[in-house]
Amino acid sequence: MAGLELLSDQGYRLDGRKATELRKVQARMGVFAQADGSAYLEQGNTKALAVVYGPHEMRGSRSRTLHDRALINCQYSMATFSTAERKRRPHGDRKSTEMSLHLKQTFEAAVMTQLYPRSQIDIYVKILQSDGGNYSTCVNAATLAVIDAGIPMRDYVCACTVGFVDETPLADLCYAEESGGVSSLALALLPRGGQIALLQMDARLHQDHLETLIEAAMTACKGVSKVLDEVVRQHLQEVSVLTGE
Amino acid sequence: MKDTPLSNCERDFLLRAIEEKKRLDGRQTYDYRRIKITFGTDYGCCFVDLGKTRVMAQVSCELVAPKENRPNEGIMFFNIELSPMASPAFEQGRQSELSVKLNRQLERCLRNSKCIDTESLCVVSGKTVWQIRVDIHMLNNDGNLMDASSIAAITALCHFRRPDVGIQGEEVTVYSPEERDPIPLSIYHMPISVSFSFFQQGTYLLVDPCEREERVMDGLLMIAMNKHREICSIQSSGGIMLLKEQVMRCSKIASVKVSEITELISKALLNDKAARKAGGRCGFAESMPQERITALKTEETPMEMKDVTERANDIIQKAEAPPPAYPKLNDDRENISDSEEEEVVILHPEIPGKVCTL
Repeated sequence: MAGLELLSDQGYRLDGRKATELRKVQARMGVFAQADGSAYLEQGNTKALAVVYGPHEMRGSRSRTLHDRALINCQYSMATFSTAERKRRPHGDRKSTEMSLHLKQTFEAAVMTQLYPRSQIDIYVKILQSDGGNYSTCVNAATLAVIDAGIPMRDYVCACTVGFVDETPLADLCYAEESGGVSSLALALLPRGGQIALLQMDARLHQDHLETLIEAAMTACKGVSKVLDEVVRQHLQEVSVLTGE
Repeated sequence: MKDTPLSNCERDFLLRAIEEKKRLDGRQTYDYRRIKITFGTDYGCCFVDLGKTRVMAQVSCELVAPKENRPNEGIMFFNIELSPMASPAFEQGRQSELSVKLNRQLERCLRNSKCIDTESLCVVSGKTVWQIRVDIHMLNNDGNLMDASSIAAITALCHFRRPDVGIQGEEVTVYSPEERDPIPLSIYHMPISVSFSFFQQGTYLLVDPCEREERVMDGLLMIAMNKHREICSIQSSGGIMLLKEQVMRCSKIASVKVSEITELISKALLNDKAARKAGGRCGFAESMPQERITALKTEETPMEMKDVTERANDIIQKAEAPPPAYPKLNDDRENISDSEEEEVVILHPEIPGKVCTL
């Protein structure tokens, strides 16, 4: 898509945001009664639904049981109507399997699995509408769902995708920016300690710009963590009002 | 078939050795194993040896219809096969986690970084384009399959020659290699991946892990760069938590390693070109080392001899006296002497006490 200016001279992006602005985040916890924990999160136009079951006994192959910690099982899928063109294979293709592996890796680092040996925690995430930053929205939604399920975590896991255009890092990319050939970096961060749970980058970026990009990603993630914290506290308030405490 | 599990003492030994900055094969922390690149008889066939890890890449092309949203670009397709030939742990059925991971990493490293000019692969816009297919087979797994695959893939792509085409209006004629010389692909840059393995929750870092080190590692960071110091892809895997400084340090180390490896690849390509011109023999069979015993001499292997005598004496002194191997013999029996020459000693049954030697 040549000719589409990703960053105008006045510093405005395609959707009118400034370079460091995140998209509007709206979230709701406890959306399903059946699951142990569930959450719905919207980041701009990207909508993700996350559901957590667990910790429960190992299902499936008993041989995969870990004797000292819980096994985290993630499944990522996209609804067929989530993209502009109907997706023919929502799960089982390579990209979805790769995303599921990345989610598993992210949450294995953050969830305190040593407290639940020989058990399994399932995290299912579904993208209902995809407008860029799929991985980040999934991680944020899954964090809320895990908190809703009451599973202890070391810290919030916040993720954000940043891109690099005209020597400026752009926080929270939308689909048009991602497909415009911009170097994008997806980062999952535990904000308090500044520890990176997952780092993924595509497309060419000069080594000197790497540090600026990672810094911008970390700042964006810290912004997301504030929003998530707000959502969790509000949900707890609502729930405690309902139960009359 | 499941792989034999690693015993606890082996794991502890490896981790302790890494803590003391020692590796099993005597390498330093940032050293790569010996890389050897050979080519097959056809253009586009390449074998890469990274230590004992052996990987083969083959590039092929065919004319297909282009994708609808990109009518004047060619198609690149990558496929990594993990066959049980490489390791008993790999199973024949596809889509194991490792297979998906390697495939996706290679795709992102080579396709998203646009190392090949796909527009030059277009023959008739919207109707016919070249599809370049890179097939990579693991022949032997001794750790670090990702780096070996990326070196093999990019070298095979640099080595490959596609047939020339002639276009007359709508007619497309593909010329055979005898009619017209095949054309090399136009490659912008060569992305090479460098793998870093982390141990003990990110305290220790090793470059190019071998298979044993891979079994005990906590996580892996893969950085793909080209020699112009542009990062083509970064991927962290395993449940480790990294700090920004660690990532920056790894990227600096990666840039040094990548320039070395790129030089090696260019030299190998030049050598092969010269060999083909001179009409020499080339191919897979030639690349296998002739393992005939012509002399009783092995290569010098470096060994650490620091304080060996003191430590040996120490150990011997501290050890207990060995228990007697056999009960003391009666005096009328003769002791069999332990001689250094090869000797067969038979105690003659009829004449007790007499010893014959052969």
